[in-house]
Amino acid sequence: MFILEINPLVLPDIGLVFWNTIAFLVLLVVLGKFAWKPMLKAISERETGIEDALLRAEKMKADMAAMQNENEALLAKSREERAILIKEAKEASEKMVAEAKEKAKSEYDKILTDAQSAITQQKNAAIADVRNQVGSLVVEIAEKVLRKELSNKTDQESYIKQLADGVKLN
Amino acid sequence: MSSFIPIFAANFETLMAFLRIKSLLVLSLSLFALANLNPLLANETLANQDSNITAHEAKAFNVTETILEHIKDDHSWHLWGHTSISLPVILHSSKGFEVFSSAKLVDEHHEPIVFKGNFDYKLMEGKLKIVNAEGAIDEELNKQLLDISITKNVASLFVSVLLILVIILSAANAYKKTGVTTAPKGIQSFMEPIVLFVRDELAIPNIGKKKYAKFMPFLLTIFFLILTNNFLGLIPFFPGGANVSGNIAFTMMLAVCVFIVVNLSANKNYWQHIFWMPGMHWSMKLFLAPIELIGVFTKPISLMIRLFANITAGHILVLSLICIIFIFKTVFASAIAIPFAVFIGMIELLVAFLQAYIFTMLTAMYIGMANEEHHHEHNEAAHH
Repeated sequence: MFILEINPLVLPDIGLVFWNTIAFLVLLVVLGKFAWKPMLKAISERETGIEDALLRAEKMKADMAAMQNENEALLAKSREERAILIKEAKEASEKMVAEAKEKAKSEYDKILTDAQSAITQQKNAAIADVRNQVGSLVVEIAEKVLRKELSNKTDQESYIKQLADGVKLN
Repeated sequence: MSSFIPIFAANFETLMAFLRIKSLLVLSLSLFALANLNPLLANETLANQDSNITAHEAKAFNVTETILEHIKDDHSWHLWGHTSISLPVILHSSKGFEVFSSAKLVDEHHEPIVFKGNFDYKLMEGKLKIVNAEGAIDEELNKQLLDISITKNVASLFVSVLLILVIILSAANAYKKTGVTTAPKGIQSFMEPIVLFVRDELAIPNIGKKKYAKFMPFLLTIFFLILTNNFLGLIPFFPGGANVSGNIAFTMMLAVCVFIVVNLSANKNYWQHIFWMPGMHWSMKLFLAPIELIGVFTKPISLMIRLFANITAGHILVLSLICIIFIFKTVFASAIAIPFAVFIGMIELLVAFLQAYIFTMLTAMYIGMANEEHHHEHNEAAHH
């Protein structure tokens, strides 16, 4: 109390305390209701919003990376498939070419043999024909010769006799 | 005034202890202030003693009186020269309420005169007193007198309240208008970092993430009220000039509010630590209980004295430096006085923010201490 009495500066004025309390309480109530609450709410909302956005961005990034991986895998797979396809196609074409070659060869062989057989046949036919013609010519000539030689009866009988001698009856 | 020196020095030391501002600049400035203020204050007391001696010779100028007049509350608000705003005087005595203008308490030369209301009133050293017929203070009647006048400090406080309301409500409205999706604009972008500072640097580290939200309005209101009044107090002319946050009534009111909030919010754990410290021998518990109980009261009292002493000391320093000119009665003294006054003014700007920060931080810390969860059980559970 001694200090309080000697120094008026440290002696609180009851009027000031009264008005200070009122002012502070008014400020606390009004600001608390109309300023601090909406402000802090808005700030925390924004913070959660930013956090969410960041999380979403992170997730999207991960998704993108996953998608890229998938794409790469797909690409690799398709590349592989393409290689297989090309290989198969090459094989098929080679096979086809080989087959065609074989077929052509067999065809050629067949044609050749056919031709050869036809030629032989023709030749045989021609030979047979020639032989027939020669035969008939010979017969004709022989007939003509015989007709001329056997025009008299004696010659005829001597010849028959000759022929008959030739035939041996066994 | 010499009684201020230990308070001020001790205060700056506690300030140092609690200073957790990252900026080294602030730290170095404060250290500089610590190194400089004490010798300056010492010089001041010397100057005052000198002036008291000279005051006897020529009754023209009394430094102590001049400074105290500027520090103390008043019934009228001095603007310039002989112009001042008269403020309403509100009294409650045994004859009921009474309201009149403070202009009636002074004559045309601004000298106090007796005003005849319900009683005879006269300003004695700036305070309104009931005087008897001989012009002396009537102690018996004054005990019943309740002076709740709108004084200079009250008016200045109202100005600051109005200022805070306008600025902060307009900032809060911006959130309603633009929502939260846009970046803060204008006054909103000025307020938001401060609000976030109070939340992220003061409330959350000291109280904890779980419970801080409940105390945010209280902490923010305290912070802005102290800050605004500190800054208004630094303005030497109207609407500043009043020494609100350097007034013991203001700091006492805040300290009482802190005391109420801290102790009402305190949990069982806090009281147990005060009255029956766990993990101690019973004799130690008996020994610690009164000490801890005193601590309950010294915490808000330290808050009260810290703010009051810092702001008042700063004002006294600046005023003393200006008074040097009048002591030496030469304008050349201003060559020293003005740069020093400007320098102290700069420090005052820092102190204005720092004191608001420290008051709020310590409040948050006390609330955090009162709301601390029980840790021993967890530790014991971990051991078993």
